[in-house]
Amino acid sequence: MRELKITPIRNGTVIDHISSGLALEVLRILRLGRDATVSIALHVRSGKLGWKDIVKVENVELTARTVNAIALIAPTATISIIRDYRVREKRTVDLPAKIVGVLRCPNRNCISNQPEPLESEFEVTERRPTVLKCAFCERRVDDFLHHLA
Amino acid sequence: MSLHGRDVVSIRDLSRDEILALLDSARKMVPLAEGGRTTPLLAGKIVAMAFFEPSTRTRLSFESAVQRLGGSCLTIADAGATSLRKGESLYDTIRMLSSYADAIVLRHPNEGAARLASRASDRPVVNAGDGAGQHPTQTLLDLATIRERFGTLAGLKVVLLGDLKYGRTVHSLAYALAEFGSEIILSSPESLRLPEEHRDDLKRQGAKVRDEPDLGKAVREADVLYVTRIQKERFPDESEYRSVAGSYRIDGQTLTGAKPQMIVMHPLPRAGEIAPEVDGTPHAAYFRQAFLAVPVRMALLNAILGRPRRGG
Repeated sequence: MRELKITPIRNGTVIDHISSGLALEVLRILRLGRDATVSIALHVRSGKLGWKDIVKVENVELTARTVNAIALIAPTATISIIRDYRVREKRTVDLPAKIVGVLRCPNRNCISNQPEPLESEFEVTERRPTVLKCAFCERRVDDFLHHLA
Repeated sequence: MSLHGRDVVSIRDLSRDEILALLDSARKMVPLAEGGRTTPLLAGKIVAMAFFEPSTRTRLSFESAVQRLGGSCLTIADAGATSLRKGESLYDTIRMLSSYADAIVLRHPNEGAARLASRASDRPVVNAGDGAGQHPTQTLLDLATIRERFGTLAGLKVVLLGDLKYGRTVHSLAYALAEFGSEIILSSPESLRLPEEHRDDLKRQGAKVRDEPDLGKAVREADVLYVTRIQKERFPDESEYRSVAGSYRIDGQTLTGAKPQMIVMHPLPRAGEIAPEVDGTPHAAYFRQAFLAVPVRMALLNAILGRPRRGG
């Protein structure tokens, strides 16, 4: 019998095939509440990636917006929606044309870093490698890990 | 495509044809901008001048443009006297203003402020400079000055001199000149070189762009010498400012060997970069450039707010 590193969840979301070492950054993107139950497996053997991380979030089905933002730092991730221990939906992440509310603009003088009623917003200007442009001040960002909101 | 009712936040919001049409219209506005008569193209229209950062030329030339066209202005010239001081957001201030005026002209110290304003307002917003970001009407009047003197915007050698790092006018101007097929020659102190991000953009655009750190050589090649001020207020660090302040100056000596038809431009105010002795030479174009701000802004406001052209 295979040994389970972390137990299955009854309902929720499993994010698999995260590049090893990035699980905690993925959690930052998810911005879960304090009461969320999360299991994390770090540095797990993977046929596809060599090594990978896995994140399981109980009782939360991630929105498409959040899932797609994961593509910024974990483009190889797969998302499975679990209901009653069964995989009901499985998909890969797909970088959207706009990334809203996930990153902070690196330009400290950008209006999006001021106390205004707005969410940060970036347009994807290049894919592979991904380059974003602030929808307000037009500053380019290619270093996403350092600018997570 | 008509500009009627549109925001102008960045020079990239305008196509080449729209820029040329605006410059043609600006040329027709010159006699009106010189005074003597007004025209009722903006009669009954109110334009809000929301200036949250000090400005002389930009605000006064916009106000002059509105009044020459028979419109009227609501002016905020001192941000300290507004509700922003009480903590009101720019978003709310602009929403409120958009219910009092037919268009908003905005100057603000934060980059991206005009884009935010264009979302907050259901009236057209014209960016009159947002921090170190965009200043599209400055670019239009720079182009108008070059085109008036040379009759074209293509095939010229334009030297951009000075603060190419923080100077917002040069970033937009370089983009526009590249669009029209002029060659851009960059000359700046090492620490104020054009940022890589802008160089990449220009290369992607297919621009002819190169560095020429030798000012004398750059001046001899130039059709246009565009001089900028080193703006103390844009430097994050005063010691960085002090290390480059006063590092270049254009005077009679520097202009020896310049082509006879070469023009010297400057967005003004100058702070010692151009010696007063240059003012009397045929090279000096900066006061003409400052004047053209009025007809160019008249042309833009008329395109945005005036009666829409049939079929436009």
